[in-house]
Amino acid sequence: MPRDILNSKEIKKTITRITHEIIEKNKDIDNVCLVGIQRGGVLLAKKLASELEAAISRNIEVGSLDIALYRDDIYIKEEQPIVRSTDIPFSITDKTVLLVDDVLFTGRSIRAAMDALVDFGRPARIQLAVLIDRGHRELPIRPDYVGKNIPTSFNDRVEVNIDEEDSSEDSVKII
Amino acid sequence: MKILIKNGHVIDPSQNIDGVKDILINGKKIQGIFSKGKSPSADKTIDAAGCIVIPGLVDMHTHLREPGYEYKETIKTGTMAAVKGGFTTVCCMPNTDPINDTISVTEFILKKAAEEGSCAVYPIAAITKGEKGEAMTELEALIKAGSIAFSDDGKPVMNSLIMRRALEYSKIFDVPVISHCEDLNLSEGGVMNEGIVSTLLGLKGIPKAAEEVMVARDISLSELTGGKLHIAHVSTEGSVRLIREAKTRGVNVTAETCPHYFSLTDDSLKGYDTNFKVNPPLRTDKDVSAIKLGIKDGTIDVIATDHAPHHYDDKNREFDTAAFGISGLETAFALGLKLVEDKVIDLNTLIARMTIAPSKIMGISKGTLKKDADADIAIIDMKKKFTVDAGKFLSKGKNSAFNGWKLKGVVLKTIAMGKVYEWE
Amino acid sequence: MLESKDLLGIKELRADDIYHLLETSDGFMDVLRRDIKKVPPLRGKTVVSLFYEPSTRTRTSFTLAAKRLSADIVNFSLSSSSVVKGESIQDTALTIQSLGADFVIIRHASSGVPHSLSRLLNISVINAGDGANEHPTQALLDLFTIRAHKKKIEGLTVAIIGDIAHSRVAKSNIYGLTKLGANVRVICPPTLMPAEINQLGVEVHHSIEDGIRKADVVMTLRLQLERQSKGFLPSLKEYFNLYGLTSERLKLAKKDAIVMHPGPMNRGVEIASDVADGLQSVILEQVTNGIAVRMAVLYLLSGVKE
Repeated sequence: MPRDILNSKEIKKTITRITHEIIEKNKDIDNVCLVGIQRGGVLLAKKLASELEAAISRNIEVGSLDIALYRDDIYIKEEQPIVRSTDIPFSITDKTVLLVDDVLFTGRSIRAAMDALVDFGRPARIQLAVLIDRGHRELPIRPDYVGKNIPTSFNDRVEVNIDEEDSSEDSVKII
Repeated sequence: MKILIKNGHVIDPSQNIDGVKDILINGKKIQGIFSKGKSPSADKTIDAAGCIVIPGLVDMHTHLREPGYEYKETIKTGTMAAVKGGFTTVCCMPNTDPINDTISVTEFILKKAAEEGSCAVYPIAAITKGEKGEAMTELEALIKAGSIAFSDDGKPVMNSLIMRRALEYSKIFDVPVISHCEDLNLSEGGVMNEGIVSTLLGLKGIPKAAEEVMVARDISLSELTGGKLHIAHVSTEGSVRLIREAKTRGVNVTAETCPHYFSLTDDSLKGYDTNFKVNPPLRTDKDVSAIKLGIKDGTIDVIATDHAPHHYDDKNREFDTAAFGISGLETAFALGLKLVEDKVIDLNTLIARMTIAPSKIMGISKGTLKKDADADIAIIDMKKKFTVDAGKFLSKGKNSAFNGWKLKGVVLKTIAMGKVYEWE
Repeated sequence: MLESKDLLGIKELRADDIYHLLETSDGFMDVLRRDIKKVPPLRGKTVVSLFYEPSTRTRTSFTLAAKRLSADIVNFSLSSSSVVKGESIQDTALTIQSLGADFVIIRHASSGVPHSLSRLLNISVINAGDGANEHPTQALLDLFTIRAHKKKIEGLTVAIIGDIAHSRVAKSNIYGLTKLGANVRVICPPTLMPAEINQLGVEVHHSIEDGIRKADVVMTLRLQLERQSKGFLPSLKEYFNLYGLTSERLKLAKKDAIVMHPGPMNRGVEIASDVADGLQSVILEQVTNGIAVRMAVLYLLSGVKE
């Protein structure tokens, strides 16, 4: 039975709150860049970037990162992960890279993302922002910014719908 | 020893016999054919009820590979395969090593056949020395030694003048000159029929013209000289047409085809299976239809096997370098029976094309159940089904294009010169 | 999802498979644009290239593709000549499998060799060119290049000029382009046109002017210099006069037509230098794209479970 977790208003409020947390935690906000993890983190990163830019009146660099090639389960899964686009058109060396994803679960995607990032350069530090933390970590990974913690059972599916243009239908559900 | 074969459906086209009869064999000869119940007593009786009883089949085109290629086949194994397939006479082609172009090779073959063969073997000698197409062999000596016809099979005689001379000279002896019709320049490097399939597979093709230009040439030469021309392994519609037309003009030409040319097309080569690699190559549907029609109307006089056994290593390689040839003695009759089943020809015609017709062309007294003829008989259950299993062939050559095919027509017993071989 | 563990030809692929390969190649182009051109999905996997025909560019391209995926790659270079008879191909291939290879990339002068290897081996077999049959990765990178410039393949007019009968690149491209809905014209002298090729759904032209008119893509193929000695052509000069891609002839194609060549080029035989080096030429891009496409092939084949 699907459970509603967040509606579009709550999502917007959460993004705003995270934006302020980021500003508060990073004195050197100029040095922060965002990298959204394909697919769920890409739009989220864009929205966070817009809010940050509005708040500090400066440009924030945003990129997207596909982790298919870095997964640790390529030979186990039934279907092969689809390779999507990676676009980081700026240097990440010595920067604070904020990885953005929609749902944090076992932590393996984040590990893969960090492996990928290291091939792009040497960030000064990496932080992690997620909209939902659903528990069941299998690796020692912890988020710096969380939208909402929700307890789930392992077999639940968390569905995040975020639209690029029209956010009125945005939602987070458990299926 | 007297053997009586009773209750079988006897079909002997040479005598127009077609009915349930008994046959009495005395030693190595046929004593006579009798109506039911009228036959004299015998030492041994074979009950052929439900089977056809026909003259042992005569294959005028076989490769026994001995001398020289014993790893592919020997006279011993080749003749065993022949009798298994219902053949009691085979004529072996001269492209051995050494080539059968001297009396010593002819004599060797005959000696081996007498010692180890299971059926009658008639050697065909080469037209030219070494099959090089340059100098004629000594026809008289070879005939005296026991060869009964001439061919450079495996190759054509490219030089038209040499072919003319051979046809002229052969008239002294009234022996057939068997032509492998292939223009080597047109076919050079080719490994299958030239057409859409060769394009799809990226393999070099042998155009039908490679066969047809030589058929036309040889027919002209036969007309010019009056020599007895026999066209081997006809594979194309154009060849059939040329031969048919030549016959209407009274040219002294006969022709043969082989079961693969009326059973398969070049589509079989998709998949690059070298068991379908043969020369001349498998052609198209149109050619198959024309060949069937040719068999029916007598343009094609004979169904021969062109039995070409090869060792596994010679076939199990890249398509371009694999050997050409199909091992065919043990499947020929059953494939011919399919023509009867599909109503292309009647049973009588099939048997004639594989018994009396080749015998007449080669000038041997075989292919008949006449009184005092050699006791060469095949007893076949036409309704019995079997699945072709090349691995179980008696021939050393397991290279069959029909492996796995479900066919009808099992040879139950073959009698060669009075010796009985029981298969089932 | 690819269905077979092997890539033997474009003939065996569905249109969907081709699109999937092209889209995956997009992702690998991103990798090639980075400073560190390396990703880990084939880490610990072994690729062996078995080239019975000499080739620098295809082999190098595959080698780089494998290395960029973190695979280990070993190159065997042998002679196809039946005069130099050594170990049979089958024995060599089985040895390679026993050495622990996960992929074998095979190029051979005889059509059908990759097919018999695919039946014999459990590991993935990639056809890098067999006789006059196919060269699937070349066609895939050509399709990728066309798509990069023209956005879609369906409805394009593609003119292929050259020794079609002996060209596995032409064949694979014909299969790929027709499967994706392009109009293909083949242009060459009758002596170099394969038998019954119109049955593949292409337009046959013996005049380059007719064939190239309003084409979106002009693909020239290498003419092997020995064709003259084998009697297919009276001379290379005559070939260039009749079929050479000059800038005048290129003007008959669309203004934004792209010029392609699988390389290596015979300048002055099939293509004039000014065209090869001109603005419409995408020949060097083909080379770069080739690595991304071959990475995609290796990546997608590695995921096929049989």
